[in-house]
Amino acid sequence: MAEENTTNEKEQEKEKGSSKLEYVLSIAPHVRSSQSVFTVMWLVVISLLPATSYSFYLFGLNAVKLVVGAVIAAIASEALYQLLMKKKMTALDGSAVITGLLLAMNVPPDAPVWMVCIGSAFSIIIAKQLFGGLGFNIFNPALAARAFLMASWPVHMTTRWHQFSQNNIISQMIENSAGLPASAFDAITSATPLASLKGASKVITDFGASADGVIQTLLSPQLLKSLFIGNIGGCLGETSVLFLLIGALFLLWKRIITWHIPVIYMATVAVFMALYYTVYPLPGAESIDNFLPRIVLFHLLSGGLVLGAFFMATDMVTSPVTHKGMIIYAAGCGIITSIIRLWGGYPEGVSYSILLMNAVVPLIDRYIKPKVFGTTMTAKTHK
Amino acid sequence: MLFRGFIRGFSGFKGGIHPPENKFFSEGKEFSYISIPHTCFIPLQQHLGKPAKPVVEEGQSVEEGQLIAEADGFISANVHSSVPGKVAGIRSHPTVYSTRTQCVIIETEGAFSATSKTSQVENWETLSREELLSRIKDAGIVGLGGAAFPTAVKLSPPQGKTIDTLIVNGAECEPYLTVDDMLMRTFPGEILEGIRVTMKVLGVDKAIIGIEKNKPEAIANLKHAITENKLSHSIALVALQTKYPQGAEKQLIKALLGREVPSGGLPMDVRAVVQNVGTIYAIREAVLFKKPLYERYITVSGPIVQKPGNYKVRLGTRISDILDEIGGLTEEPAKVIMGGPMCGIALDSLEIPIVKGTSGILFFGKKNVYNDAYLPCIRCGRCVSACPAGLLPCDLSVAVERGMNDALEALKPFDCIMCGSCTYVCPSRRPISHFIKLGQQRLKSRSAAK
Repeated sequence: MAEENTTNEKEQEKEKGSSKLEYVLSIAPHVRSSQSVFTVMWLVVISLLPATSYSFYLFGLNAVKLVVGAVIAAIASEALYQLLMKKKMTALDGSAVITGLLLAMNVPPDAPVWMVCIGSAFSIIIAKQLFGGLGFNIFNPALAARAFLMASWPVHMTTRWHQFSQNNIISQMIENSAGLPASAFDAITSATPLASLKGASKVITDFGASADGVIQTLLSPQLLKSLFIGNIGGCLGETSVLFLLIGALFLLWKRIITWHIPVIYMATVAVFMALYYTVYPLPGAESIDNFLPRIVLFHLLSGGLVLGAFFMATDMVTSPVTHKGMIIYAAGCGIITSIIRLWGGYPEGVSYSILLMNAVVPLIDRYIKPKVFGTTMTAKTHK
Repeated sequence: MLFRGFIRGFSGFKGGIHPPENKFFSEGKEFSYISIPHTCFIPLQQHLGKPAKPVVEEGQSVEEGQLIAEADGFISANVHSSVPGKVAGIRSHPTVYSTRTQCVIIETEGAFSATSKTSQVENWETLSREELLSRIKDAGIVGLGGAAFPTAVKLSPPQGKTIDTLIVNGAECEPYLTVDDMLMRTFPGEILEGIRVTMKVLGVDKAIIGIEKNKPEAIANLKHAITENKLSHSIALVALQTKYPQGAEKQLIKALLGREVPSGGLPMDVRAVVQNVGTIYAIREAVLFKKPLYERYITVSGPIVQKPGNYKVRLGTRISDILDEIGGLTEEPAKVIMGGPMCGIALDSLEIPIVKGTSGILFFGKKNVYNDAYLPCIRCGRCVSACPAGLLPCDLSVAVERGMNDALEALKPFDCIMCGSCTYVCPSRRPISHFIKLGQQRLKSRSAAK
């Protein structure tokens, strides 16, 4: 009996203890969307995996080394910086992984691994952490590092491309169907497609090739198909439009990016190119069926445009917050890309155009604001 | 521009979010009655405005529905006893409004005179507008959607303001809550009658009921009732896109009438008055039966509730009493919320009583409670897309965080409707709406100091 009493008392005490519960008190809302910074970042990493895996297949072991090296260097630099500065450790929140991965995707596939590691360290420490860390950087860290590598080791960044066969870095699929002299054909196919386009007039005069043949080779259905599938030379991760689009659709489906930046960016390039080539058609253009659509498609599929438009211009931190702002920013990217491709010293302009527009983002966000509800009367209200 | 207009035509208002609805816990569960509590804790403040003044004393016997505190001033509301019994005291007790609110505590005893009384239905159509309004006022009706603004005040617009449309809010855009849905399913005829009463009080000949599309049964039942009662010339029903905060007053007006309440203004500035369906139901009872507001329908739900459902409960019943009756919880609650998960208030005690503005009680377990530390803004712009008020929540939160009051003022924090959409979408888990509330208070105290 006595024992029973004590156990009862104990139970009662227990009950009292549990009835004095502590509830979490917080201001509304009490539910949160499932996407945190952590999940967003890792979903972006996942979206880049198809294109990355394809680059391993296409370019082999060095591509694996570059990607692994860049990612590890990025994580290590972030961890080291945060350790030394006694900041909260966020090296594994996924953002450093994205930076390393994107940087690796933006270097030639045969580039030395040490170079990309230095680039990763630069992107994390100089372009991100010194600006205040995630959320405070003005420039896309991966692109800032790419610009740094371009300035520091231009030979590694622009001249050493992957060889598919003896002289051919574009793709073995491209045949000399236009009947170009062998030397001229080699000259065209030993560069990236955009570089070949830029050097086309030089090839024509140097090798005495017919303008028609050169342009026909560059805009041949085989080449456009190669550009889409990706068995073609270029930076590590930019070659396969197909695999990049798979990742991009995943991002759109998960609502991590919206259509505004990539669509407007690519549409601006398309419109700009269509206008330019209408006014200044390439030599021999009149003999090619559907020249204009083909050259526009060539520009959309080549270089890093798809990679840049879907994965780098859309970087949350360095793009505007309003949809209207995003449209202006993306149009700016498109115009600068086109200008560099058509008149600039480089064959490709995606990374510099995004970096330049990154610098304009604070200005865009200052002037482009949403309409505050109820601040302008609609006609119906006045009725 | 045309394309955008096209999109807006569907969505009604800009922004908004789609949180998981989670209404399935209590959806379609018919109303059941929570039994009379042995002790009622009836707060004097259950509405916006001044607390009511008690008119009973300790030890006094009261009847069910008897006036125990009367409205103090214009913006206030009468409070009635929910049970017959004896006043055990008037003292402070925790409520949803504060940890200590003056409450009339009534111990139940005696007969249920009001419940046993046969309902005398009067022909309200012969009553004057003033008579109808005074019955609503006497019954202590307040907005039952949550804000608890005294209804009689809302129904008497000041001189010079004309009203042309009554909007009936059946959107119920808050996740989990299903009480308005069940009211519309169960009592479509009664709600239509309440709408006609309210229309007469306002002197309008047009009413629009707005219901989110995720309540097909409520829509069907009300539509049927409208045709059956031959009311389609004056009462319209619009099925709205399911999107939070569809039921926010200004957003609802925009969606239904295309009118934008001016910044800092009230619905009456665009000739509209919005009433929640629950309020409409209470208005009908107040006018037809002279029944004071001493009970209401609520949703009790959440992932850890044994028997989630829709219940009719006397005001002043403590949450613990309700839990005892419906079989408790499956695990220890980590968070208890009065209202919906987007706008509701987290409670610190189960002793807190149900009040007029309680639309639901939600119980969340540990798994469902977010308690992460927040990170710096990464400027993803999700809050900007989600904000139905067209603000820049990201910039507002940063301005408050850094104490930049001038920048804060330029970002118009007072246009915030406190819907919480920005906080919901923020991947950095920033408590943005909390920052905005803080900013509002800072600016208020700054202008008071000047």
